Amino acid sequence: MLFFFRRFLLVYMGGLLFALAQAEPSLIKLAYLSETLAVKKLQSNLTPELLDEGVQGALLAIADNNTTGAFTGQRFQMAHVEQLTRPRIDKVVGELHDKGIQYIVANLSLETLQYIAKQAAIQNMLVFNASVENDDLRQLDCLGNVFNMAPSYAMKADALAQFMLKKRWKKWLLVRGESPQDILYSNALKRSAKRFGLSIVKEKMWPHKHNSRKTTQSDIAVFTQETDYDVVVVADSSDFFGDYLLMNTWLPRPVAGTQGMVATAWHHKHERWGGVQIQKRFFKQANRWMTDIDYASWLAVRAVGEASTRTQSRESPVLKKYLLSDGFSLAGFKGVRLNFRLWNQQLRQPILLAIPEAMVAVLPYKEFLHPRTYLDTLGYDQSESNCQLNQPS
Amino acid sequence: MISLNRIVNLINQVNRDSVSKKILLTILMLFSSANGADSLFISLEKDNAIAIVNAEEGALVKTVAVGQRPRGLALSKNQNLLYVAVSNDNCIQILDLDSLTIIGELPSGDDPETFALHPNGRWMYVSNEEDSQVTVLDVLSKEVVTIIPVGVEPEGIAVSPNGQWAVSTTETSNMVHWIDTATQAVKASTLVDSRPRAAAFSADSQTLFVSSEIGGSLLRLKVSNQQIDATLKFKVAGVDKALIQPVGVVVHPYKNELYVALGPANRVAVVDSETMMVKKYLLVGQRVWNLALSSDFSQLYTTNGLSNDISVIDLTTMTVTKSIRVGHYPWGVAVKHD
Repeated sequence: MLFFFRRFLLVYMGGLLFALAQAEPSLIKLAYLSETLAVKKLQSNLTPELLDEGVQGALLAIADNNTTGAFTGQRFQMAHVEQLTRPRIDKVVGELHDKGIQYIVANLSLETLQYIAKQAAIQNMLVFNASVENDDLRQLDCLGNVFNMAPSYAMKADALAQFMLKKRWKKWLLVRGESPQDILYSNALKRSAKRFGLSIVKEKMWPHKHNSRKTTQSDIAVFTQETDYDVVVVADSSDFFGDYLLMNTWLPRPVAGTQGMVATAWHHKHERWGGVQIQKRFFKQANRWMTDIDYASWLAVRAVGEASTRTQSRESPVLKKYLLSDGFSLAGFKGVRLNFRLWNQQLRQPILLAIPEAMVAVLPYKEFLHPRTYLDTLGYDQSESNCQLNQPS
Repeated sequence: MISLNRIVNLINQVNRDSVSKKILLTILMLFSSANGADSLFISLEKDNAIAIVNAEEGALVKTVAVGQRPRGLALSKNQNLLYVAVSNDNCIQILDLDSLTIIGELPSGDDPETFALHPNGRWMYVSNEEDSQVTVLDVLSKEVVTIIPVGVEPEGIAVSPNGQWAVSTTETSNMVHWIDTATQAVKASTLVDSRPRAAAFSADSQTLFVSSEIGGSLLRLKVSNQQIDATLKFKVAGVDKALIQPVGVVVHPYKNELYVALGPANRVAVVDSETMMVKKYLLVGQRVWNLALSSDFSQLYTTNGLSNDISVIDLTTMTVTKSIRVGHYPWGVAVKHD
C-alpha cells in the first residue's frame, strides 16, 4: 500500500513529462474579435493606418503555443472575426460556441466588449480584453469571465506620476483633448497627481477650432503661456495635437502622457529581459513593430496556452481556475512574472515610459512599497475597488 | 600541466562510488599545490570584447575585441581555444588563447546565445533563440551535424558529463528538452517553472538542476526518469519576490553544493544539493548573471551585468572578497588554469 502511495506521490511531484510520439493532439480553439472603429483624424498623412493591429500579436502567440504544443500533444487554432458590426455582434458568440470555441480575444470598444462578454458568460466562455483601458471596467462593472490584458488608464497615469515624483517635476500643466477617452485619461492623471502628492497648476482643454490664421503649431505657444509649471502632461488619445506640444511650449518644458514621453504597455525600443527576441519574431511575421494591442493579444493567447499546457485541459472552467491560482505565471518580457489581480482580473504588469526612439524607464520603481507586490502600486488597489471577484467567502 | 578540474572530471567519470571518490578527491586537494594561476575570460555584451582577468592578482589584464554581442563562452577540451557566441554576427568565433586572435568561426545558426561542449570534445550544442532549435556542430570539421527542433526561445543548454544527454531549456515553452546524444533527437520533454534559464548536471550525471527566472525557483530533476524531484523557491529578506530571478547555475564537482545567481536580487545563493535548502545568500554586484568555479574550486566568480564588474567569492569562508571592474555588461565567464 505504502509502495503505491509513494509511487503516486513521485508521479505527482514529478509534474508533467512528455515523451514523443503523441496520439492525436488535443485541439484548443480560440477566436479573435475586432470591430471597425471610427478612423482617427491623423495628424500626418504619412502615418500608416494599421489594419492588422492586435491580431498579429495573437497569431504570433498561436505559433508560439503550437511550437510548445508539438511536445505536449496540444494544438491551438484561432478564428478571426474582423470588422464586427451589428447585427453580427448579436449572433457571434453563439456562432463561436457552436464551433467549440471557449476563448475570445477581444480588440473591441467598451460597449461591444461588455455586450459580448455577458453573452459569453452564459456559455462559460472566457474573454480576454486586449484593448479597453477604461477604469470602470476594473472598478465598477467587473465581469467574472473577463481577463484584462491591457493596462488601465490609472496604471499608466500612476507610472507617470511615480516617475515625475522621483524627478521632482511636481507642478503639472494638464492639457487634454475633448474626446471621452481624453476625459477618462485626464481624470486618471488627476487622481495620480493627488495620490503621489503632485499638483496640477492648471487644466486646459485643447479646442478643436477652425481658424485659418492659426495653425496648431503657432497656437501652442500662446496656449501654454501659464504660470510656471515643471512639465506639460497631455491626454490626447487620438494624436490630434499632442505631438505639437513638444518644442513649442511657451516655457521650455518636457511633455509627457499620450505624447512626448508616453506611458505604454509595449514599445519598439524595449530590449531588456529577452525583449529583443519577441521584437524580432514579431517583426519577421508582421513586417512592422508591435503595438500595445498586439502585445496584450499575444499575452492573452499565451495565457490560454500556459494554462492549458499546465493543466493538460482545454475546458474553460479548469483554465480559469488555473489562471487565478498561485501557480500561474506569465513571462511577458518585463523582467517579472505577470499574474492576475484576483479582485478584478487585471493582469499585473510593469508600464514602460518611452520617447519615440528610446526607452526612458520601466515603472513601478521598486522603492514604492506595497504589502502584496510593488506592481500593485500601479492602478487602483483592492481596497479602493468596488469589484471583489474571487474572494474567499 | 593538467588542471585539477580535469582530474576531477576524470575521476567522476571513472569511479561511481561516491564515498571513495570523495576521499580520493580530498587527498588530491590536500596535495595539489596551485601551480600557476587562473585566467578568467569574460564576455562583454556591449563592448564586443572579451576581458581577461588574472585571478591571482584580481586585475584586468587585457581586453580583446571580438564580434558583436558576445555572450556564451567555453574553453575547448585541451583549453587552448575559447569559443565565443557572437549573437549579432550569427556565429561562434574561435579565439586562439596563445595569440589572442580570432582564428575561425563555427556555423552556429542565427542568434547563438549559449552552447555546451560534449565530453568527446567534438560536438557542440548551440541554442538558436529565434528559430526554436538546437544546432549540433562538429568543432573539428566546423560543420553542422544536425538541427533539432525544440520549444520557443531555447536558452540554457548542458551536456551530461557522461555524454549521454544534452538538455535544452526553452524560455517561452517552459520546458526542458532531453536530447539523446546517441540519436541526436529529443527523447522527452519536462514541463518546468516559468522561464527556465540555466541547466547544470551533477558530476555523476544522475541529477539535473534547472533555474527558472520568472518562477523564482531551482528545480532538481532525476536523470533516470526525467522527472522533477525537488523544488527550491528562493526568498531573500527585504527583496521583493518579483526581483528574485535565478539565472546562472554551477554545481560543485564533489561537494553537495551548488551556486545560483539571482539576477536583479544581486545575490548568489549557496544551496545544499541534497536538502535543497539555501545555506547562504551572498551580496554581489548588480544583476548577477553567470558563474564559474576556479580550477581548485576554492573561488567562485560572478558576472554582474549592470555594475560592469565581476565579484570574487571565497568558498571556504563564504564571503565576497573582491569586485573587479571589467567592462560593459559582463555576461559569461570561463576559467583557464595556466
